Amino acid sequence: MAILEIKDVIKLFGPNQEQGVALLKQGYTKQQLAKEKQITVGVNRVNLDIQQGEIFVIMGLSGSGKSTLVRMFNRLIEPTSGQILVHGKDLMKMNKEQLRHVRRKTISMVFQKFALFPHRSVIENVEYGLEIQKVDKKTRREKALQSLELVGLKGWGDKKPDELSGGMQQRVGLARALANDPEVLLMDEAFSALDPLIRRDMQDELLELQLRMKKTIIFITHDLDEALRIGDRIALMREGSVVQVGTPEEILMQPANRFVERFVEDVDLSKVLTASHVMRRPETITLDRGPRTALQLMRERGISNLFVIDRSKHLLGVITAEDASNAYKHHQSLQDILITDGPKVTPERLIGELFEITSSAKVPLAVVDSDNRLLGVIVRGALLGALAGDIDFKEVTDHA
Amino acid sequence: MPKIPIAEWVQSLVEWMSDHLSVLFDAISLIIATVVDFIAWLFLLPHPIIFILILGVIAYWAGRIPLALFSMIGFLLIYNLDYWTQTMDSLALVITSGLVSILLGVPIGILTAYNRTASRIIIPILDFMQTMPAFVYLLPAVTFFSLGVVPGVIASVIFSIPPTIRLTQLGIKQVPEELVEASNAFGSTAFQKLFKVQLPLAMPTLMAGVNQTIMLSLSMVVIASMIGAQGIGAEVYRAVTQLQIGKGFEAGLVVVILAIVLDRLSQNIFKTKKR
Repeated sequence: MAILEIKDVIKLFGPNQEQGVALLKQGYTKQQLAKEKQITVGVNRVNLDIQQGEIFVIMGLSGSGKSTLVRMFNRLIEPTSGQILVHGKDLMKMNKEQLRHVRRKTISMVFQKFALFPHRSVIENVEYGLEIQKVDKKTRREKALQSLELVGLKGWGDKKPDELSGGMQQRVGLARALANDPEVLLMDEAFSALDPLIRRDMQDELLELQLRMKKTIIFITHDLDEALRIGDRIALMREGSVVQVGTPEEILMQPANRFVERFVEDVDLSKVLTASHVMRRPETITLDRGPRTALQLMRERGISNLFVIDRSKHLLGVITAEDASNAYKHHQSLQDILITDGPKVTPERLIGELFEITSSAKVPLAVVDSDNRLLGVIVRGALLGALAGDIDFKEVTDHA
Repeated sequence: MPKIPIAEWVQSLVEWMSDHLSVLFDAISLIIATVVDFIAWLFLLPHPIIFILILGVIAYWAGRIPLALFSMIGFLLIYNLDYWTQTMDSLALVITSGLVSILLGVPIGILTAYNRTASRIIIPILDFMQTMPAFVYLLPAVTFFSLGVVPGVIASVIFSIPPTIRLTQLGIKQVPEELVEASNAFGSTAFQKLFKVQLPLAMPTLMAGVNQTIMLSLSMVVIASMIGAQGIGAEVYRAVTQLQIGKGFEAGLVVVILAIVLDRLSQNIFKTKKR
């Protein structure tokens, strides 16, 4: 269900904005408006549906209008035209009182430069949202402490923000936003001011928190890796317009235009592609067959291993051609030569993590689901091929 | 070319105000006189030695031992020179005009920070008030409030209020935009934003303005004495008109001591609170 619907939202700066909106709807471009009417287009006819419980990333370079856009979601910036529906209610039609209510209860914000109040202690910062709602002192202190514990800053409440490191300060910013127990978190380049390593930790922690909290998170970033890492869906913005909306895979595999293509060109594929992208259809045999059948099958297919499965496709193990040939000579069964401790991974594993596993294993890598059902096989060649870009993405996504 | 009759205009404006607004001026006069008298009475209530001890304690609490020592020795000297009553009268005048300046100046400063139109109107008036020679206010002040300490306070306020207004405005405008935004984003009302974020953060700058205001109003005590305000200023004025060089120096020295103590105290009291 959509918790936030953005309908045809436009933000213009400069004179004659009404005329500007009309012209834009007639198909004037940003450049034409700037040149002929001295109107700057901040956000150009954006439509988005943001679903409850998803991490929705809005991505773009600086000046693409992403920060302006997100500030219209709680009307820190007034849209020039368009609708913003929160739970189906139009934010634009709300009076000050109703708007405050939305800001206090429904939508909280985390800022790029943390924006902590330097004259207040950490705990007082976290309490701020509750304090202005006139929550009594005891209750708000309790909630603030919980919130602080949630972000791993238990015991730091009495410090002043400037005594904390950048990463810790942003945790305080997050705790302050969470203390209100909002449904939607707006995170405006929340991790951009942090060191790369700290940023990575914060991303992990955000994902972990999200598993527990199930908030709707709208995350602004200019960093594609960050977007791909944490986004359930990504909207790519350019010059005030949304160019493409999709899952990280869709953005990577089916770039909507040249711009998106250029954007995703430099992505480190080993951090994006998963086992499911490079696996192939496995050759299998059931345990009740003899070594001779197995050998024949391998010869036919020109391979040296076979996966052994049961009738409902659960993976039992793997056999090699050499073992099978020995077993045939010594009248053994497949059970006797079954290798059960071969490597296996789930389809979500990033291929960057698979190299080590494949290089140390003697048998191919099995891809199994959570019920241990065999989904595919990964051979080293496919892994390298994928990194070299030698992979038909479309076909892969269709499979996945 | 005929002369533009500015003098006549001002004259008739002042006369009109004095005729028609006398009730207002009487009320203001009564309030200010009461406040000054009360403060002077309060300061003269304890024995000077006890007053000096209390001052020492406050100075120590406000910061440092050197300040406490200087305050106590300075005021002992004033006591020794036998200017105690006059000093307390002047102190009452300075503190009253300081209070009036804060009560008027801070809200006006907030208004100018929020409202550009108000700022455009008020800031030039402040320039006018500060650069117009202070003596010029004295006459209308006397017309409206008669002789004594009240016109002295009024003239002091007019002369010394600009720094409080300007630095309040500056302090509020200096609050980083992202903090104001954060405060808005969490659903603060305008008052909550002002009192929980903007004013606390503007406080150091605002207090610098208040400090300046106190110093300026102290510099007015001598001028105020010309229209009958009692106090150390009157001693200076008398010494000057009677060419008593030694006495003039003594009284001047008292003004200096008062100035230094007020300056350091008003600076330090705020810093202590912040810590």
